[in-house]
Amino acid sequence: MPLTYLDEFRSAPHVQRLLDELNERRGAELKIMEVCGTHTMAISRYGIRQAAPRGITLISGPGCPVCVTANADIDRFIEIAMLPGVIATSFGDMLRVPGTRMGLAEARSRGADVRIVYSPLDALKMARDNPSKHVVFFGVGFETTAPTVAATLLEAHEQGINNFFVQSVHKLVPPALEALCSMPDLDIDAFLCPGHVSAIIGPQAYKPVAEEFGIPCVVAGFEPVDVLQSLIMLAAQVDEGRSEVELQYSRGVRPDGNPQAMALLHSVFEPADAEWRGLGIIPGSGLTIGDRFSSHDASVRFQVDVSYSHEPRGCICGEILTGVHTPRQCKMFRKVCTPDHPLGPCMVSSEGTCAAYYQYED
Amino acid sequence: MKTERGGKNILLAHGSGGRLTQELIGSVFRRTLSNSILDKMDDSAVVQLDGNLAFTIDSHVVSPLFFPGGDIGRLSLTGTVNDLAMAGAEPLYICAAFVIEEGFPLDDLERIVSSLGLAAGEAGVEVVAGDTKVVERGAADGMFITTSGIGLIPASVHISASAARPGDAVIVSGTIGDHGIAILSKRQGMDFQTEIKSDCAPLGGLVASMLDASRRVRTLRDPTRGGLAATLNEIAAASGVAIEVDESSIPYRSEVRAACELLGLDPLVLANEGKLVAFVARRDADKVLGAMREHAYGAGAVIIGEVQESEKPRVYLRTLLGSRRILSMPTGEQLPRIC
Amino acid sequence: MCLAVPAKITEMENQIATVQVGGLSRQASTVLLPDAAVGDYVLIHAGFAISLIDEEQALETIRLFDEMTGGMASGGGGA
Repeated sequence: MPLTYLDEFRSAPHVQRLLDELNERRGAELKIMEVCGTHTMAISRYGIRQAAPRGITLISGPGCPVCVTANADIDRFIEIAMLPGVIATSFGDMLRVPGTRMGLAEARSRGADVRIVYSPLDALKMARDNPSKHVVFFGVGFETTAPTVAATLLEAHEQGINNFFVQSVHKLVPPALEALCSMPDLDIDAFLCPGHVSAIIGPQAYKPVAEEFGIPCVVAGFEPVDVLQSLIMLAAQVDEGRSEVELQYSRGVRPDGNPQAMALLHSVFEPADAEWRGLGIIPGSGLTIGDRFSSHDASVRFQVDVSYSHEPRGCICGEILTGVHTPRQCKMFRKVCTPDHPLGPCMVSSEGTCAAYYQYED
Repeated sequence: MKTERGGKNILLAHGSGGRLTQELIGSVFRRTLSNSILDKMDDSAVVQLDGNLAFTIDSHVVSPLFFPGGDIGRLSLTGTVNDLAMAGAEPLYICAAFVIEEGFPLDDLERIVSSLGLAAGEAGVEVVAGDTKVVERGAADGMFITTSGIGLIPASVHISASAARPGDAVIVSGTIGDHGIAILSKRQGMDFQTEIKSDCAPLGGLVASMLDASRRVRTLRDPTRGGLAATLNEIAAASGVAIEVDESSIPYRSEVRAACELLGLDPLVLANEGKLVAFVARRDADKVLGAMREHAYGAGAVIIGEVQESEKPRVYLRTLLGSRRILSMPTGEQLPRIC
Repeated sequence: MCLAVPAKITEMENQIATVQVGGLSRQASTVLLPDAAVGDYVLIHAGFAISLIDEEQALETIRLFDEMTGGMASGGGGA
């Protein structure tokens, strides 16, 4: 039978054996942060948190680009979406994210033309098909997504599709991880690093985290056996006093990442300081559209007033993202803040820390 | 909405009650749905029934109106037939009300009504009364159909969402999520080159053979909007029990599973239009399962879990790892996500 | 943070690949992976192939699992 690259990594006997091995470990208590939201979802979906042995605590980190988008950025996109003649396009995840006054779903109910796309190429096609409209794409995502938007912008530029715009709020993972490591409150023994971001940037991007901050890193895949094997690898590093970058997800990640995608990313975007919800401004952790493509930059093309923007009050998503608190320690959790009426970003995304706790756990 | 492709379109006058209305009723509705009760064209359909009546109504809105495996006509017929069947009733008579957008192609209307008629024939029901309204362009998205129906429940049958008991087996009649993915795959940008068909089908016959096989079928429900997750949560709440489902036993078509992986969707919250969930006393479970598998719409029936005693109504999934997680009521619409 | 799914390239024309995931096909751009060819498995994210899947590495990972599980048969086979 040919490999499907999915089923082989969901095999029950393998999972059981890996769990047994994890249970045999007799080291010190471990706090492991899964940086990536898709890991959070996999951990919840397969019940890994419940199955993990007592000595290992899994903490969800800042790894969902929807979660970390600042209110001001959402507000700006909504203001643009409300302008006449604009078709606002976005990945589905963004629709329910509340801004200061409203989210995209509510903007749509108030008359904004908001459409969900699976790929930025779908948004570009919409621009091609609707030459009299301004099609604006909400560029949210980490290094995995940014190259796809870069490629789309490049195609728009080359084909002269002048009614296609991107509001870039893309973010970079390593600067955020390093900022996390520098926080005095952070109480994390090891990082489970994102597999698909690493497919682009390569595992060596986490070297400063492992070497300068002394925190072990394993780049992990997303199937249950990947996650369990990575936890074993991280535990071994801690128990043996090592802190290195190891690659578990070797089938999907090349040692040098994807150089072509990185080159494309750098030809379109420039690093910039960026505001992360709950974390504040992190130097060099965002991507803005470079001068060559500024005619496609929505924040240049559309001047809107978002002076009313502010972060949600009473929400401790910042502390949850940094692993300082769990959702249960938030006064809003389950009471004011629910998946139907999310307050902070961690409840909004279905893989946000709070939503995952709400959905999948007792 | 597609219009102006040579054929005739629906005009506002078609809904005015005048000559055009009569023409439309005669040439489209009566011709296709003809039966002795409808043909009388009285203001009310008059039928004779004796016993416990099941009576239900459902509005149908779907985009696109035509999708692989069905269309709004078939959907609106089977939706109501299935609601009757889930009460243990034999579905008998249907009323259908059409709200049509001005400019709607007459050809498409004919296709939809004909499809509704075929589904009625398959389900063994008669469409005995109807109504047509035409609204201005932009006031409706092509067409909406509301159907209501009545059926008779045999005296010995007592099916209810509140009747599930600890120890009952939980059975699904086949693969989950087909309709949801069939619809989604036809929406903008999905562009799957593989056709995934909706499971849209009338389930009256399947239910009849289940009830013939056992008198201990306690709960029946079709997991439409909100999918299996919503249905199981509704039943757990109504019956005051916990339901534990073994995740690996839930049947999916491989294309549906693939689409869910690709778009980041949870198949457990996707709509089904030709599936049912049954709660059956454990000792009769195999008998019922056997009867279901004899039927075309139950050929893929399997036991997916069991009912447990619980202080709190809950639905649990037993995962691949053997751990238990809560399956909660779905929130919001299912959207393709990349993160 | 980023959903990406393994898919097999079955056709390719001008950096637009037809990819298959579990019996489902759709198109994906290979602009970010110019060396990808028909027959390759790639990771698909937001309509783009972002990384080549290394069969040798996948088999090696499975072999390691098999070793740990004492040679128990794996779900999809290791051949």
